[in-house]
Amino acid sequence: MNHNHPVYTDNDPQSELVTLNLGPTHPATHGVFQNVLQLDGERIVSGVSTIGYIHRAFEKIAEHRPFYQITPLTDRLNYCSSPINNMGWHMTVEKLLNIQMPKRVDYLRVIIMELSRIADHIICNTIIGQDTGATTTFLYLFQFREHIYEIFEEVCGARLTTNIGRIGGFERDFNEIAFTKINKFLKEFPVALKEFENLLTRNRIFIDRTAGVAEVTKEAALEYSWTGPLLRATGVDYDVRVSDPYSSYQDFDFEVPVGTSGDIYDRYLVRNEEMWQSLRIIEQAILKLKTEPKGIFHADVPDFYLPPKQEVYNNMEALIYHFKIVMGEIDAPKAEVYHAVEGGNGELGFYLINDGGRTPYRLHFRRPSFINYQMFAPMSEGMLLSDAIINMSSMNIIAGELDA
Amino acid sequence: MEETTLNNDVHVKLTEKFGEKVTAVSEPYGFLTIVTYKDVIINVLSYLKEELKFNFLTDITAVHYPGKDHGIAVVYHLNNMVEKVRIRIKVFISEQNPTIPTATTIWKGANWMERETYDLFGVKFEGHPDLRRILNMDDLGVHPMLKQYPLEDPNRVDKKDEFFGR
Repeated sequence: MNHNHPVYTDNDPQSELVTLNLGPTHPATHGVFQNVLQLDGERIVSGVSTIGYIHRAFEKIAEHRPFYQITPLTDRLNYCSSPINNMGWHMTVEKLLNIQMPKRVDYLRVIIMELSRIADHIICNTIIGQDTGATTTFLYLFQFREHIYEIFEEVCGARLTTNIGRIGGFERDFNEIAFTKINKFLKEFPVALKEFENLLTRNRIFIDRTAGVAEVTKEAALEYSWTGPLLRATGVDYDVRVSDPYSSYQDFDFEVPVGTSGDIYDRYLVRNEEMWQSLRIIEQAILKLKTEPKGIFHADVPDFYLPPKQEVYNNMEALIYHFKIVMGEIDAPKAEVYHAVEGGNGELGFYLINDGGRTPYRLHFRRPSFINYQMFAPMSEGMLLSDAIINMSSMNIIAGELDA
Repeated sequence: MEETTLNNDVHVKLTEKFGEKVTAVSEPYGFLTIVTYKDVIINVLSYLKEELKFNFLTDITAVHYPGKDHGIAVVYHLNNMVEKVRIRIKVFISEQNPTIPTATTIWKGANWMERETYDLFGVKFEGHPDLRRILNMDDLGVHPMLKQYPLEDPNRVDKKDEFFGR
């Protein structure tokens, strides 16, 4: 197959191969992905991925937006766990500005980030179930994603594209309802997750469909720069939360689950275990919050942190500061900074170059979905079409993050 | 600082091996950054991978500095997962003739990162197996992340500057 020009129709009369355009809009691919596959019966002979269908030029837009206006762009990268992206971006700017965060804010952030990780993994794992024919599991667990979104709603007012927090902390403290909802979630979710595992983990049909399918070796995964649960499923214990701790993750006691063979079943198990570990982290964070002074939800950096809304409406100085900060008239050092967080899919990196202007000189997102996805077509070769479909769902490729 | 000593080790070894070819060493926010040249970049990358255990290619991207002799910086981020050291390598190349050898010979994962860099900046990676545009359409004709291209289409008639106070 000529990779420079994907073949859309097979013109060779002697050929017994079938060309299949899987996507760009196909119900089995959960997003805008096109793969031009050459099929021999049900087996894939070769494939070419075409991406960029929802490319929105975020890196270019970011060069024309002050720091605060970039947060909504990061929402739309991995929209299944946007708080992680928001906070990753805020922490990048805080690193640039050398802002030291109070512990309480770090812990509040950890709670939100781990909740988003759970939401992200719920989507991926239930969808694997769905694609192998088990709709029940999808319905059992998916309501808890809704409960997580209700917590986000309580904290920041939005659900999916959250725009949560500020540079320097949160816009307001968590209210009592938020904590009640988090505690309710911590009580109810383990029961449902256990039930979910009972339905799938030792299920003969599920194991037959996933174990040994799409196996990836450690070496191949590292060669292709995989990160996140996909890399860990192959047996490499790389987690940015441990290797490069941010937001006080070093204070928490948790384990990094790893698999052995990197197949779909291992990825499923790794994600499930990560949900349990996230629950552990949230529980610890709630306990740690009790020992921290109450009411602190942002760092004391009036030059960069927006003044309270009440003052903006009633106080001239506050209004001026609000305007200055939103429009990017802040004294940020001329420097370059790279900050990585462990997103739902792997290492989400922000490479920011600031030249002292109102907007970044250059902002590059290291997007795990983009880098993980490039192995999809090569690894599909020789695979059954139905296996390739669950392989794609287990890679949890999010179109927004893929195309930026 | 433990990290700083590790960074020093890497820097000393690189200077021993490549001498004058490794310049402008700095450590913004504890992140070891070096500048090197395109004739040795592949040697530097494979030396880092094979000898200094920077086995993981985090990212490849580029930055455009218009009006300079070497106006495009290709930036590599590598990660040594075992010793938890990261390194950033920059190569400044000419804007008129932006070519650089491909890193796909060292990491297969460099493929799409280089395609993205080619698509957005027009950097031609010599020896790349499949250097096509990846995010934009094939007949776009420009490399949109270069600074000379404005964010919005300047020919639009429905967005006149005077209406927006610009």
